[in-house]
Amino acid sequence: MSRRKLLASLVLLPLGWGQARLFAATAGSEGRTGGGGNRFLLVFLRGGYDAASLLVPVGSRFYYDVRPDIAIAQPSADLASALPLTTDWGLHPALRESLYPLYKSGELAFVPFAGTHDHSRSHFETQDGIELGQPLEGHRNFNSGFMNRLAEVVQGSSAMAFTDQVPTIFQGTVNVPNAGLKSLAKPSVDARQSAIIASMYQGTPLASTVQEGFMVRTDVMRELATEMDTANRNAITAKGFELEARRVARLMRDSYNLGFIDVGGWDTHVGQGAGTGYLANRLDELGRGLAAFAQEMGSAWKQTTVVVVSEFGRTLRQNGNRGTDHGHGSVYWVLGGAVRGGRVAGAQVPVQRSTLFEDRDYPVLNEYRALLGGVLQRQYGLSAAQLERVFPGARAVDLGLL
Amino acid sequence: MSGSANKGARGRWAIAWSSVGCGVLAGCAATAVAPGSGGVGAPAPVPKEAMAATKPMTSDYVLVNRLTWGATSSAVAAFDSMGWSAYVQRQLQLGSEPLPDDAQRQINDLHALNRPLLELVQDLERQRVQADALTNDDAKKAAQQAYQQALNGLQRDAASRHLLRALYSPRQVQEEMTWFWLNHFSVHQGKGNLRALVGDYEETALRPHAMGHFRDLLGAVVTHPAMLRYLDNEQNALGHLNENYARELMELHTLGVDGGYSQTDVQELARVLTGVGINQTSNVPGMKPELRGFYVRRGLFEFNPARHDFGSKTLLGKPVHGSGLAELDDVLDRLASQPATARFISGKLAHYWLGDTVPGALVQRMAATFEKTRGDIAAVLAVLFASPEFVNGAPHTFKDPMRYVVSAVRLAYDQKVVLNVGPMLNWLNRMGEPLYGRLTPDGYPMQASAWASPGQMATRFEVAKAIGSGSAGLFKVDGPQPQERAAFPQLSNAVYYQSMARTLAPATLHALDQAVSPQEWNSFLLSAPEMMVR
Repeated sequence: MSRRKLLASLVLLPLGWGQARLFAATAGSEGRTGGGGNRFLLVFLRGGYDAASLLVPVGSRFYYDVRPDIAIAQPSADLASALPLTTDWGLHPALRESLYPLYKSGELAFVPFAGTHDHSRSHFETQDGIELGQPLEGHRNFNSGFMNRLAEVVQGSSAMAFTDQVPTIFQGTVNVPNAGLKSLAKPSVDARQSAIIASMYQGTPLASTVQEGFMVRTDVMRELATEMDTANRNAITAKGFELEARRVARLMRDSYNLGFIDVGGWDTHVGQGAGTGYLANRLDELGRGLAAFAQEMGSAWKQTTVVVVSEFGRTLRQNGNRGTDHGHGSVYWVLGGAVRGGRVAGAQVPVQRSTLFEDRDYPVLNEYRALLGGVLQRQYGLSAAQLERVFPGARAVDLGLL
Repeated sequence: MSGSANKGARGRWAIAWSSVGCGVLAGCAATAVAPGSGGVGAPAPVPKEAMAATKPMTSDYVLVNRLTWGATSSAVAAFDSMGWSAYVQRQLQLGSEPLPDDAQRQINDLHALNRPLLELVQDLERQRVQADALTNDDAKKAAQQAYQQALNGLQRDAASRHLLRALYSPRQVQEEMTWFWLNHFSVHQGKGNLRALVGDYEETALRPHAMGHFRDLLGAVVTHPAMLRYLDNEQNALGHLNENYARELMELHTLGVDGGYSQTDVQELARVLTGVGINQTSNVPGMKPELRGFYVRRGLFEFNPARHDFGSKTLLGKPVHGSGLAELDDVLDRLASQPATARFISGKLAHYWLGDTVPGALVQRMAATFEKTRGDIAAVLAVLFASPEFVNGAPHTFKDPMRYVVSAVRLAYDQKVVLNVGPMLNWLNRMGEPLYGRLTPDGYPMQASAWASPGQMATRFEVAKAIGSGSAGLFKVDGPQPQERAAFPQLSNAVYYQSMARTLAPATLHALDQAVSPQEWNSFLLSAPEMMVR
């Protein structure tokens, strides 16, 4: 928590004293040193993405029977058919150019039947539950997200939410800054005014929030300057999630080592498409963004792990509108320069009617706290006590992904 | 400016202010000055006798600020002349009061909002179909763009009307409740042609019932095309079950997630909702003669018995007899009268008005009134507004962006009606809370922790500076002959000197003293911690 200490000292400084210099001194260094140089990014697909379209159970007759219109075809020469992974599984063809190469080079793994044991099938209940990372039974502290607790236990961590508001996952005792990176505007409040505004908040509960806001703004603007510089040299400018992911990468390469970002648009009740169509376009954008992130991290990619999660999977059967309804088990993605990928990991069962949860969804065989606990334990060498702090009452399962 | 130069700032600053004068403040001479505000001139120290007449901390200013979209000099004056109980009573009464002419005229000019919805949507559908049918790529692209622009314009009109009412309606509580229900029964404008529907949704389903009975409100929402489209119920039919709306109807709109329903209840409610949908054409769908008596059509709303599952159902342990649309009335009665619904709605109301620290006993009293009055929203609010927590509490509820923006503009301009709410729409976008802009059906969160983030604060100070530094585009009229009327934010006004100033902490007053211009003084005031809470 090196940033926190700096903040504490910052508040004591006299006003009007070179605010800009202060900012320059605080940002930029911890990221490279903190957490042993390890970086962790969690990507949350809000809306419950259709995992069975991403990691296609190409060996399951049942899958093709219950999805007459929206199944992804078995691997073939057809560009809209699944990409071959294992005898049981294929990958959505929208990821052909972006993430399939990472899978083949062993830097990407998938964990099917992953998720939470909460089977409310409510977006909000399950999202909150996963972000809190606390046991489902008993009292839950709604102001304590698991990545905030992770920021607490990882030495030298410097966390940031790349979202417009601080999400539940980062709520807690560590004051985590945030900045949405979809669109950026140049600030008009200058350094002197910032200092005077900050002075009004001294001694109030928002003091460090306000200080963080000004600091992060400086960090982000520095990154934006680089981006504009690149754009001026006629580089192709990225759009949408890819642009966002590149910005995240630059900030995580230089200043922050624990990150969170969410991506919406996955609640495909109607007309989700198959090898092409709505969901294919969403996966394409996501895939290109993650590939861009990996590329932009440069040499830091070797020490970076990205996990992609979602609140639940969707019904295995298509619904009446060529879409899918809220389900249970999902497929999580683990990628990074040090990931032992190129495989489909974790406990699995054949995809058939008899293995469905409540005769409609994937079961959850790889509980998210156990799974993430195992990844984080490897990544940060967390002690049992630290792990207990991050995921109280959970038993980490090491799938050998790192 | 260095730190030392700030010392003795008050004197320096007053000089700076008068020397800046009207040269910088474009048109300030033409601006009406609120009585007692001292205009844009130097803020003279608050007179001793005014201080002596000060009321306790929960002053009129604090109460008005809590009850309305934000305190203004005129609202506090109205409150003072009526007294608390008469003021609250008037706010809770049903009925309407006219807006200031300048505001009403702008609303009247939003012509498309006054067209019958069916006709409007049919015109737009024709436009869309014609655009899609074009074979020339450029022409097609242009026509499709024009269609999208028409939709954008409709959404913007609806949002503009919402803001004008929030700013100027004498019925402040009704406007706040309209926003509250819009957020409770949240829809996202980005889906399909919802941009054309949100204005009508607000006007016919939400606003008329915002202070009425919850059951009526619920019924109006369930049959409005905006909700039926947003949560996919228009797709829900016998043999093609779509449970999206059924689930949210119980989880988010009535019982709450812990309200005691099961996955089976979701499926059964989805069956009840089959055939409840939208018809954008003027045609009656074909059906067996024996079903025709069940067919219902009201504008865009359609109940199509040929798509309905007439089989028997069980919801919350009680049977629902297959009887067409009457089943829906039956189950809505059931849902609206559940104790879980009374608790859930009361809890949300209390949270909206009082913030994160709502005592359970108060929510219980509100829920009891909810049950006793069969969901009379005004009666439930009356319990809330009479509670000691509401009347005596110090300001502590963190403002969400909507409340921040509206309160800042109200404080800055009071009854001087803005001519363009476009900048406000942009600020709401930047702060992450645009009208009709919540992607997910849960509505925007009201917890302070959801908004009081570093990124939000940095953006909020930018917005404060924009509002404080000049007219900020609020008095600029778009159109063929763009015009800008002179205006300057009047923040050093009557309510500031009579009430607000003495609620400010020393650090805030000290910061204000360091301002080198009226613009900066305004920006600092709007950036102050006291401006963030109510």
